[in-house]
Amino acid sequence: MARGIKDKVAILGMGCSKFGERWDSGAEELMLEAYKEAIADAGIDAKQLNAAWFSTAIDEVHVGKSGIPLSTTLRLPNIPVTHVENMCASGTEAFRGACYAVASGAADFALALGVEKLKDTGYGGLPGGRGGPLQALWSANGTAPGNFAQLATAYMTAHGVSAEDLKKAIGHVSWKSHQNGAKNPKAHLQKAVEMDTILNAPMIASPLGLFDCCGVSDGAAAAIVTTPEIAKALGKANIVSVKALQLSVSNGSESGHNSWDGSYFHTTRIASKKAYEEAGIKDPRAEVSMFEVHDCFSVTELVTMEDLHISQPGKGWKDVLDGFYDADGKIPCQIDGGLKCFGHPIGASGLRMLYEMYLQFQGRAGARQLKDPRIGMTHNLGGAPRENVSSVAIVGRFE
Amino acid sequence: MVGIVAYGAYVPRLRLNRQAVYDANKWFAAGLRGLAKGERSMANWDEDSITMAVEASRDCLTSHKAEDVRNIYFASTTHPFKDRQNAGVIGTALNIEQNLLASDVAGSLKAGTSALIAGLNASKSGDATLVAAADKRMARVASAHELNYGDGAAALLCGTENVIAKLVGHHSVSMDFVDHFRGEDAEFDYGWEERWIRDEGYSKIVPPAIKAALTACKLKGSDVTHFIMPSPMPAVPKQMAKACGVAEGAVRDLLGANLGDTGSAHALVMLVDALETAKEGDKIMVVAFGQGVDVLVFEVTAENAKLPKRKGLSGWLARRKEEKNYMKFLAFNEMLPIDKGMRAEFDKKTALSVLWRKRDMIYGLVGGKCKVCGTVQFPRSQVCVNPNCHAIDSQDPYAMAGLEANVMSFTADSLTYSPDPPAYYGMITFPEGGRFMADFTDSDKEQVKVGAKMRMTFRIRDNDTMRGGFKRYFWKAAPV
Repeated sequence: MARGIKDKVAILGMGCSKFGERWDSGAEELMLEAYKEAIADAGIDAKQLNAAWFSTAIDEVHVGKSGIPLSTTLRLPNIPVTHVENMCASGTEAFRGACYAVASGAADFALALGVEKLKDTGYGGLPGGRGGPLQALWSANGTAPGNFAQLATAYMTAHGVSAEDLKKAIGHVSWKSHQNGAKNPKAHLQKAVEMDTILNAPMIASPLGLFDCCGVSDGAAAAIVTTPEIAKALGKANIVSVKALQLSVSNGSESGHNSWDGSYFHTTRIASKKAYEEAGIKDPRAEVSMFEVHDCFSVTELVTMEDLHISQPGKGWKDVLDGFYDADGKIPCQIDGGLKCFGHPIGASGLRMLYEMYLQFQGRAGARQLKDPRIGMTHNLGGAPRENVSSVAIVGRFE
Repeated sequence: MVGIVAYGAYVPRLRLNRQAVYDANKWFAAGLRGLAKGERSMANWDEDSITMAVEASRDCLTSHKAEDVRNIYFASTTHPFKDRQNAGVIGTALNIEQNLLASDVAGSLKAGTSALIAGLNASKSGDATLVAAADKRMARVASAHELNYGDGAAALLCGTENVIAKLVGHHSVSMDFVDHFRGEDAEFDYGWEERWIRDEGYSKIVPPAIKAALTACKLKGSDVTHFIMPSPMPAVPKQMAKACGVAEGAVRDLLGANLGDTGSAHALVMLVDALETAKEGDKIMVVAFGQGVDVLVFEVTAENAKLPKRKGLSGWLARRKEEKNYMKFLAFNEMLPIDKGMRAEFDKKTALSVLWRKRDMIYGLVGGKCKVCGTVQFPRSQVCVNPNCHAIDSQDPYAMAGLEANVMSFTADSLTYSPDPPAYYGMITFPEGGRFMADFTDSDKEQVKVGAKMRMTFRIRDNDTMRGGFKRYFWKAAPV
């Protein structure tokens, strides 16, 4: 294990646009909305930025390639801008780039900004058909819900969980996120939903119904990072520092080797273990105060809580039903509404999660404010259960 | 001795209920009531004459090695490609390319028998020759053809060793008697009056040809045990048999009740039907009419009883699912301008260079087997997928189309575009090793379960309608 970057980087400022079906805005307006808040919060001038990382996942339907869209939109002072794409982990990837720049000393101030403008395609759901000329010839003609639905089938098989129990548990996952989202003025969906509505919703990809799937949202989020020393020198209080950043990427063993049973995220187990090590966390179930995890689908969140080593394998569904992850539970998960309700503009999602952590540590989370959080963990999962990018970030009070 | 050494057939799973078709159309074509009986086979949306011929060929090769085949003749009036060797696609799907002559035979309802004659002649030298015939003919809404046609395929392996049906002789006449035609720009057949076809066509052209064949074979009509003659007019074969001294009891059933007329494949489909139960010494006469006549005479040998079991026509006919939804039949055949949604608009352009590089993987379902650790994998890759191996450049080709797979996980997806929603797909695993996320076909809610056994089947994956209908073929998993 390398030395890691624990407490070498502090979050100086953050911003996040309103998420939703932003018919009023293109990617550029969303980027500026998040940036204006972040730069004002950081209290520095744009000219002080040394480098920027720019994340999107499906830029072919909005900004296109390269760092130019970010540089042009913000009129950045001709600094390096790196455009990153790592599916749903793109936002965390941009944050990682910015943090590593600061930790290395290459930059004093670095910007990470993620955006996705998806509601200009003319149809619901994510755009399809991006796998390249060979994949188009053989891999199943699937969708994201179809891929994650299979996590549910495999999970039930692996742990002998009945379809009814699982449906109730994943229903509770979404119910809880709707409860939380109702308290978030920036969330895409701000309405609490009854359990019956969730359980009886139309099927999208069995066994996932409409409420088991997060929607498609437009939005942007941004972070400006520096060192804790510089943050202190700028007079910042309640400094939030980065404890760990880890990424694990599938190498094809799940999708191609019969050792994986389809019921868990191989990568998330690895990334979270490394992150706890980097952050010096021994007992995550006791030490982590809050989670923002990748609930692209309700079952993804349920299984992820096991792969983050919080719930026991095969027992996550019981923790969920016990309210362990509810706002008033032992470790609140998706206190901001999660992908399910805050929304999922893909390239922005990782940064949106960090935004909530940042607000919570600063005591600025309004109606959602938790009592005295110490350690927060975010998680993104890009791709499909069989082949994915899993990213984990741990942030907390700088003490 | 040259003759048939093995046979196979294929019938799509769906059987369209003719009463349901009639009920939908009787307001317009009440006269079709007499045809509203039984069912006809109906290709799934992902089947065409190539995919059906591949399945029939696989059935036929149950007992023989594909790599020994030296010639493939593929007969059809509905070849998916006008310019692209359709028979060659079958060869690639069977993983035979080298030392192979592939040829398409088309243009007439006797294309099947003409291909069989060519195949028998080609195999006289001892070269195993595969003759496949398949048709998926389109018919106008509310036509008799719509009710009478069926979709299906047959395949016959010709050779000189362990012959199950010896070729006794054959005779052909070719004359431009246009009972019906389908022009270059037409989707449907256009035919002349049936009574004229019967009186001036069949009655005057067929009996002399049969008699010439009998003479050449030194046989009498009464020697014929099985008389095979497809015809859209069910009484005609009996009349032809009678005119030539063939016993009425020898006239084979036209398979109209539960299959329908499979076009240029039908004579061979009926031949497979006969071979399944034929006894040593039986004389089989096959007659096909279409701008002339082909007549073939076979004598069944003792080898027929020893031929290893296969599904055959009876097996595929037994695998059936009734379809009463006429709208679905129309939609599958692009006869209904159904609202497919924007997800159906994704570009299906095929990189032909990629298809060529990966043809064994895509058309042959050939994966890899690591020489170092023995792991079977799909696709074959340069670095072994086994997490405990990762050997480089260590894999030999490993054919997987014939392997049974199990469902590890699956879903029924209502979001993705499918001509037959919901789309079933899932992770399938092969007990030998290897897995991939496969589209399922011929699947119902009741059949698709974790652990269900699946058989790989060659199907249409996409149709690139933006470029004139380039069909992408690949393998799908179907419940066993």
